[in-house]
Amino acid sequence: MSESSLLVLEGVSRSFGGLKAVQNVSLSVREGSLSALIGPNGAGKTTLFALMSGFLKPDAGSVRFAGQDITGREPHRNAALGMTRTFQIVKPFAAQTVRENIAVGAHLHLRGRTEALREAEAVAQRVGLAPQLDKPASDLTVAGRKRLELARALATRPRLLLLDEVLAGLNPQEIAEMMPVVRGIAASGVTVLMIEHVMQAVMNLAEHVWVLAQGQLIAEGSPAQVTSDDRVVEAYLGHGTAARLRKAATGAAA
Amino acid sequence: MSTGKQLAGIALFAVLVACVPLVTTSGVTLNFVMMALYATLIAQAWNILGGFGGQFSFGHALFFGTGAYIQAIAQLQGGINAWIALPLAIAGAALVGLFIGALSFRYGLKGSYFALVTLAFAEVFRILALSVDFTGGGVGLMVPLRESVANLQFATRAGYLWVVLAMVVVALLVTCWLRNGRFGAYLQAVRDNEDAARAVGVNPFRVKLAAIGLSAAFMGAAGAFYVQVFQYIDAGIAYGAGVSVEALVAAIVGGMGTVWGPVLGAVVLHLLSDFTRNLFGELPGINMVIYGTVLVLIVIFVPRGIAGIGQSVRQLWSAKGGRDE
Repeated sequence: MSESSLLVLEGVSRSFGGLKAVQNVSLSVREGSLSALIGPNGAGKTTLFALMSGFLKPDAGSVRFAGQDITGREPHRNAALGMTRTFQIVKPFAAQTVRENIAVGAHLHLRGRTEALREAEAVAQRVGLAPQLDKPASDLTVAGRKRLELARALATRPRLLLLDEVLAGLNPQEIAEMMPVVRGIAASGVTVLMIEHVMQAVMNLAEHVWVLAQGQLIAEGSPAQVTSDDRVVEAYLGHGTAARLRKAATGAAA
Repeated sequence: MSTGKQLAGIALFAVLVACVPLVTTSGVTLNFVMMALYATLIAQAWNILGGFGGQFSFGHALFFGTGAYIQAIAQLQGGINAWIALPLAIAGAALVGLFIGALSFRYGLKGSYFALVTLAFAEVFRILALSVDFTGGGVGLMVPLRESVANLQFATRAGYLWVVLAMVVVALLVTCWLRNGRFGAYLQAVRDNEDAARAVGVNPFRVKLAAIGLSAAFMGAAGAFYVQVFQYIDAGIAYGAGVSVEALVAAIVGGMGTVWGPVLGAVVLHLLSDFTRNLFGELPGINMVIYGTVLVLIVIFVPRGIAGIGQSVRQLWSAKGGRDE
């Protein structure tokens, strides 16, 4: 464990009945990095996020954040420590305006209502939600809700931001607009770990990638390394496909 | 609306209502205003937990009855002055609230399960109050009539009106604070999405516990007030379903999660029940039938309550005219 590791998981496992959702996962997220967690559907990525942030307790293993053992500690206490997650299925406070939504996050560090609302405005600016500040959250489009989810988490001034598929459900243009936002957040010094299916984003944004399949980490490395890894290709496309693809490629070249 | 405007509104309301006894001495009018204020108080108490916190209690009589019994027993058996009994009643009700809250929120009870637990507790307390001695059992408790301001008993309705007005103003200030403060923001966040609130650092257990304590305290104040006005309490009045239903209906009809909704709801329902009582004579239970009908109509046509009619109509209009972006 290097000193610059912000989040360290060791041997984390969690089962639901007979299903081993996450098995013996160890990883360490470097402070200041922008990394990604990828894997086929049902690989256990969201479960792993829940185990990191405290929404679920691991059956075995430990989670350390900023040098503290936080295994199974409640989410609101982790948020206070500086780890905030977003949700794949967006969860806006629908009855409230965008500004009020973001202010709830800002209240973690700001007691006063006026200060929190002002901070909400500043955060909205960063994620491109400024024009929608006074709309009810229920009036936002999917892209808007994803931004809101991001803004609310960002308003808590996290050290580590766990983004669960902030690009899912967006069209190519919206993805292109969102990517600089995520990069900007990382550039501002926030460590970002994202679950993502949009490979274009993973390849462009992430410095380091972990691949989860059937609850186990099967590969890690730079985006180029993991996408050329046979185990990763087979996890997505099925057993034996890596060899077949190589044969087809050499056949075409010959 | 800005905080300043809301505070100005509350001040204006307080002054206007406080002047009513100076303008008229009509017993009927003063009695109506006093009872409407009392209904506002219990509706606003329910609104704190139900409207702002989204925890629908069906047994708010639990806190009302506890406040009422403490107020009566403190005077009868403790020989304590009514003014001193009042804070005891409020604190006792709040404690019961915290106890029920700690039990049900600890185990994550929500929605209809929470409603059922509060209902069940109110019923348990009613049966206990019927079967033990110090509550007077089925006979109930009579607080002797000793009219004097020092005893929190007044010769005319005006005195009671001012007392309950003071309680209502405090309740309005608290809801105004909920609309404009961090605690209120947290409470509404927990109501709208508990997981999202947890992710950004809100402790839902603590927030809900504080809300039920606050809500119960106002309910206790209303119970104590009831005893002072009517000098009588029994298990059916204290812990029966009547108070619980009155509290939640006025809040829902008026508009949950707003500052003025419960005021509107209480006044409108009181006007309605007075009107129907005069219209249908002494047909028993007719006001409950009206209550039910109005509640159904409100839930269907104006889900935001009277205070939200404007918004409901706007939304209905834009839904018909198509969404413009």
